[in-house]
Amino acid sequence: MALFNQIKFLIGKEIRLEMRNRYALGGILLYVISTVFVSYLSFKKIVNPATWNALFWIILLFASINGVAKSFISETRGRLLYLYTLASPQAVILSKIIYNSLLLLVISGLCLFVYALFVGNIIQDLPLFLVTLLLGSFGFSSLLTMVSAIASKTSNNFTLMAILSFPIMMPLLMVLLKLSKNAIDGLELWDTSYLLVLMFINVIIIALSYLLFRYLWRD
Amino acid sequence: MKKNWWKIIAAVLVLYTIIAGFLLNVPAQPILHETIRNLYFHVPMWFGMMTILFVSLWHSIKYLRNSDIQSDIIASQAAHTGMLLGILGIITGSLWARYTWGAWWVPDIKLNGAAITLLIYLAYFILRGSLEEEQKRARISAVYNIFAYVMLIVFLMILPRLNDSLHPGNGGNPGFNKYDLDSTMRMVFYPAVAGWILLGVWLMTIKIRIEKLKRKTLIND
Repeated sequence: MALFNQIKFLIGKEIRLEMRNRYALGGILLYVISTVFVSYLSFKKIVNPATWNALFWIILLFASINGVAKSFISETRGRLLYLYTLASPQAVILSKIIYNSLLLLVISGLCLFVYALFVGNIIQDLPLFLVTLLLGSFGFSSLLTMVSAIASKTSNNFTLMAILSFPIMMPLLMVLLKLSKNAIDGLELWDTSYLLVLMFINVIIIALSYLLFRYLWRD
Repeated sequence: MKKNWWKIIAAVLVLYTIIAGFLLNVPAQPILHETIRNLYFHVPMWFGMMTILFVSLWHSIKYLRNSDIQSDIIASQAAHTGMLLGILGIITGSLWARYTWGAWWVPDIKLNGAAITLLIYLAYFILRGSLEEEQKRARISAVYNIFAYVMLIVFLMILPRLNDSLHPGNGGNPGFNKYDLDSTMRMVFYPAVAGWILLGVWLMTIKIRIEKLKRKTLIND
């Protein structure tokens, strides 16, 4: 499987690049911690589930946008050109999506830990919350990677990244908010229809990225 | 004249809807009362918008296949026309909401879907505006258009099925079919849908022609 090997190689390349300039990753993690700390200073403890939930996802949303935005925007032209000669477009986008998923898993794990530590842990059904967070990270990563590829083609790309991603993230975000609210309330039954829709959205986004990316990457 | 028969039909149908919609009898429904007549305007506008946005999607896909700039012009102008119908739909919906639910805007999944639709296409126009080169703009905005339309379908078709809503057709509220048992309403509603869709297509063809002329003069200057 050529594609599989290429993906494996490209993910390795992403991780090695990340390790070479650790300050970028450190910057994002610090961003999460300081945002949570600011909300802790302004809210102290939050006991209202709706507020807790909303604030958590807003922090995570902005951290994710910042974390993923650099995946295409910060690539230099020369490096991209070199990449095009080596790998297929599908391998490039899939490896970026997988790598960004790993990155977002780290970010969301840290975010949950720090948030629960400072603002208070009111989650009653932790497994459901973790599953939601996992699927949410995948969804965020695939959507934002694709949008970052689109935004990187324009001149004012950071502004555009936010403008383009917010409206198309809404369906994903609404399902995530609903599921994590259920997890916080600790409802006895897992709402499988929402979980299925969340997986379905993930699959759709990845399929679309797989199909559409080859029209994006070359100038 | 031979090519324009459908434009005449569009004008006649919309005129018929306006006259018949305000004059014919409607079934007396609690809460809705006479506002039920808005069904002839509000719902067909959304149908028209979805049809025309689908045309936009279709031509975006076509552009990616053949790189013909004509398809891009159609896709972008269809999105503009769809937006116009969407704004009309949101205004009529807001008016209707004021007189049945008591507020111009209520937090509701269907209404949020409408707002998101407008936001997505505004983002599409901003994306188009920020790309200079013609072919590049066409290609990248086509990709975003396809991506956005699919997410929109998820938002408009799947999520409302999972949520309760005040809007007819959701969460135990009577859907359109229950009012529609009255056949006089059907006599106005179906022509209204056809009329607004045709009117939307007509507007779109005019916008496409204007855009083509604009580009032509740009080249000649």
